Amino acid sequence: MSGEPRAALLVTCFNDTLFPDVGRATVTVLERLGCEVAFPAAQTCCGQMHGNSGAHEEGLALAARAVRVFAEEPAVVCPSASCVGWLRETAPRLAAEAGEDDLVAGLEQLGGRLFELTEFLCDHLGVEDVGAFFPHRVAYHPTCHSLRGLKLGERPLRLLRAVGGLDLAEVDDEDCCGFGGTFAVKNADVSTAMLADKMAAVRATGAEVCTAVDSSCLMQIGGGLGRARAGVRTMHLAEILACER
Amino acid sequence: MSAASTARAEILRRATAAIGAAGAEPVTVPRRYRSAGGLGPEGRVDLFCERAADYRARVHRFAAAELDAALAARCEELRARRLVAAPAAPWRPGGAEVEVDDPPLAAARLDQLDGVLSGCAVAIAETGTVVLDGSPLCGRRALTLVPDLHLCVVAAANVVETVPEAVAALAPAVAAGAPLTFVSGPSATSDIELQRVDGVHGPRQLELFVVWY
Amino acid sequence: MKAGFESAAREALGDSQLRRNMARATTTIRARRAAAVAEVEDWEELREAGAAIKAAVMASLPRQLERLERAVEERGGRVHWARDGAEANAIVTDLARAHGAGEVLKVKSITTDEIELNQALAAAGIRAHETDFAELVNQLAGDWSSHILVPAIHRNRSEIRLLFEDTIAAGRRLDEDPVALAAAARGHLRELFLRVPFAVSGANFAVAETGSVAVVESEGNGRMCTTLPEVLVTVMGIEKVLPEWRDLEVFLQLLPRSATGERMNPYTSIWSGVHAGDGPREFHLVLLDNGRTDVLADELGRAALHCIRCSACLNVCPVYSRVGGHAYGSVYPGPIGAVLTPQLRGLPQAPTLPWASSLCGACLEACPVKIDIPTMLVHLRGRVRREVGAPRGERAALAAAFRVLSDRGRYERAQRLRRLGRGALAQLLAAPWSRSRELPEPPPQTFREWWDERG
Repeated sequence: MSGEPRAALLVTCFNDTLFPDVGRATVTVLERLGCEVAFPAAQTCCGQMHGNSGAHEEGLALAARAVRVFAEEPAVVCPSASCVGWLRETAPRLAAEAGEDDLVAGLEQLGGRLFELTEFLCDHLGVEDVGAFFPHRVAYHPTCHSLRGLKLGERPLRLLRAVGGLDLAEVDDEDCCGFGGTFAVKNADVSTAMLADKMAAVRATGAEVCTAVDSSCLMQIGGGLGRARAGVRTMHLAEILACER
Repeated sequence: MSAASTARAEILRRATAAIGAAGAEPVTVPRRYRSAGGLGPEGRVDLFCERAADYRARVHRFAAAELDAALAARCEELRARRLVAAPAAPWRPGGAEVEVDDPPLAAARLDQLDGVLSGCAVAIAETGTVVLDGSPLCGRRALTLVPDLHLCVVAAANVVETVPEAVAALAPAVAAGAPLTFVSGPSATSDIELQRVDGVHGPRQLELFVVWY
Repeated sequence: MKAGFESAAREALGDSQLRRNMARATTTIRARRAAAVAEVEDWEELREAGAAIKAAVMASLPRQLERLERAVEERGGRVHWARDGAEANAIVTDLARAHGAGEVLKVKSITTDEIELNQALAAAGIRAHETDFAELVNQLAGDWSSHILVPAIHRNRSEIRLLFEDTIAAGRRLDEDPVALAAAARGHLRELFLRVPFAVSGANFAVAETGSVAVVESEGNGRMCTTLPEVLVTVMGIEKVLPEWRDLEVFLQLLPRSATGERMNPYTSIWSGVHAGDGPREFHLVLLDNGRTDVLADELGRAALHCIRCSACLNVCPVYSRVGGHAYGSVYPGPIGAVLTPQLRGLPQAPTLPWASSLCGACLEACPVKIDIPTMLVHLRGRVRREVGAPRGERAALAAAFRVLSDRGRYERAQRLRRLGRGALAQLLAAPWSRSRELPEPPPQTFREWWDERG
């Protein structure tokens, strides 16, 4: 890329409110790579929670809000695979079902400029080594939306492998961690059973840190590991990439 | 209108209303999958033998001249002394007593015999499958079902590589009204802890004799 | 289902034997399916073709059904139409009565389980014998199916041994070896196959072009039931029709590999009407609606009818593989059940099922006809909210959250008051969350506060 590529950050309401370090880390990484980062402050929530909970009207209204807020941005970066999946895939289908043709068009237009963080780094900037240093054993958990939704494939792993000092362990379990938005509370027992198996797989790696590209899944895994006093921390991939020697 | 014709009319009416606009647009089916394989005759037969054996069919390969002796030897090993043959199955293993299913034997009688001898219409290499089509060479369906041992002669020339090739080859038989049975290995169940167990209701032993004519 | 999925699932999770059985079985079958699919280089092309054929069927369903009817009747079969389960049951019962059948053989048919045919036959004094190994297990145990393909997946071998010793083995001791258990079933059922002249089957596919019906199976009970009796009645959902003979070349590849992870299942029987001197002298095909035309009317939900009952989505589902099939309260369990049951029965009858999923997408990835179950679940959640309603607390919480999230000022005020993390929604979520998980501490500063400060 030539010049200073501009990246508008869609931080997500979840990170903004509960995990601001993920947003800060994303900014750090993007700026280190020479991006000019913008944060349109009118952004709130992309509507995923409402939409996936069946409150489609509200979910689509919030998605429409995101379309408006980011209308002028050439490239939008989001450190959440599930929010990207919602805006790019689910919301347009629900909008089409609701007959909101303008919103479908707006979402499709946004979808073409919207990148999940690892997509932005690997595909848009063409970078794998972001100059990070993190001398720890790290287990990578492929979240459902990154693995099966966005099909990020090797991108997160390529980024992690390029981190100085990092000892990468892959979690031998591609099942869902059990978060699933309201599923985690509506079906708390099933969610907990899924989490138990995921925690066992994470612990089996002997890693000190479990990472992923969705803060929501990390809240589930981290919440379980914390309760179990497992001695394994969770960190968003962006937070690892932001670390330097 | 009778209840039956009312039900018919109502289901068709409901279905027509339900599909609405979608009914007007023809859907094109992309058939980009492999319809034919690339192996030669030898390769096809090799693959067929390997795949059929994978599902625990016993596979034997012979030249035509050796078939009768091989059948006889195998029947002797399996102690299959009383056999029934499909009407046009010409094989008569020495040492076994062979009844021909013409006129058809009662099912209870078939149940008392040691085994059945038949040919097959088509064999599919990729899946290790033989297909029976109810012709005099294959026999009616009950014939190859009730006895516990099925000795099936497969002509190498009838081995195709892929499922689409087999389905195409069977089209004339189906158009003529023939019943088909696809057989891949002996009868099996996976109902107990997903473990495949050979032999439930169909023949518990499937012996395939692949022959170059 | 009255109790709903949540409480049924909780109960199932408490059964540790069930959980072990399910974990073991689904782990085995997942690996087998993955291997069977991996060796097919044109798998994606087959899936695309399968999905398109099914979409074409739905778009022309009335015409395909009429073609099928004509072809079956031209070949000596008789076609019946049933708007609902009661009509189908009456058709089968009347046919059995007309032939003086006091017993009927059945080869596994989820469709007849859906309409509770066995109960209807019993009410008419007719005894139905299930002949599929697992269906036999369930029938003997007074239990019901928990898996589309392996209906007794929730049972292990020692449970089956004990059951057989108490029933068909008539006091004989049995070995726990699956081979011995299968042999016990063979002995018991062979007598019935040779004696009972009336059978009822389901159908995997029916070809409109040729009037051919296909039953895909493993054990040979399907062959027995469709070949030995004098009279065969097949009960089939109207969505199972395929337009052309050629279409089978796709599904005979997709189904066995997705279902049992085999290149081909042991037996597939295909017949067309009545064949002189071979098989039943009378063949009846019952075409069943029972809610299917309602499913067809939902543009986004319609694809649930594309299902070929392979059960790949069950096996890969992290929810199903932990709670088993019974929690879904339907003969169609797992992800496909979660979208099919509410549509077939009507949303008020199964309003919790669309939430029986974390939307992880494993089902879509495994589905051989690419049914987008996750999107369909989200779609049905919306329909349930609109047509049935949501619990009041949840409705209020989502409304409050929307009010906050749809306005920057309110959103930032809520953040400053730390209410977004600890507000109405958090209150609703906190209790079930905190039973097994720590809640994150609200950070001292939000992202946007940091951004503003940074200038």
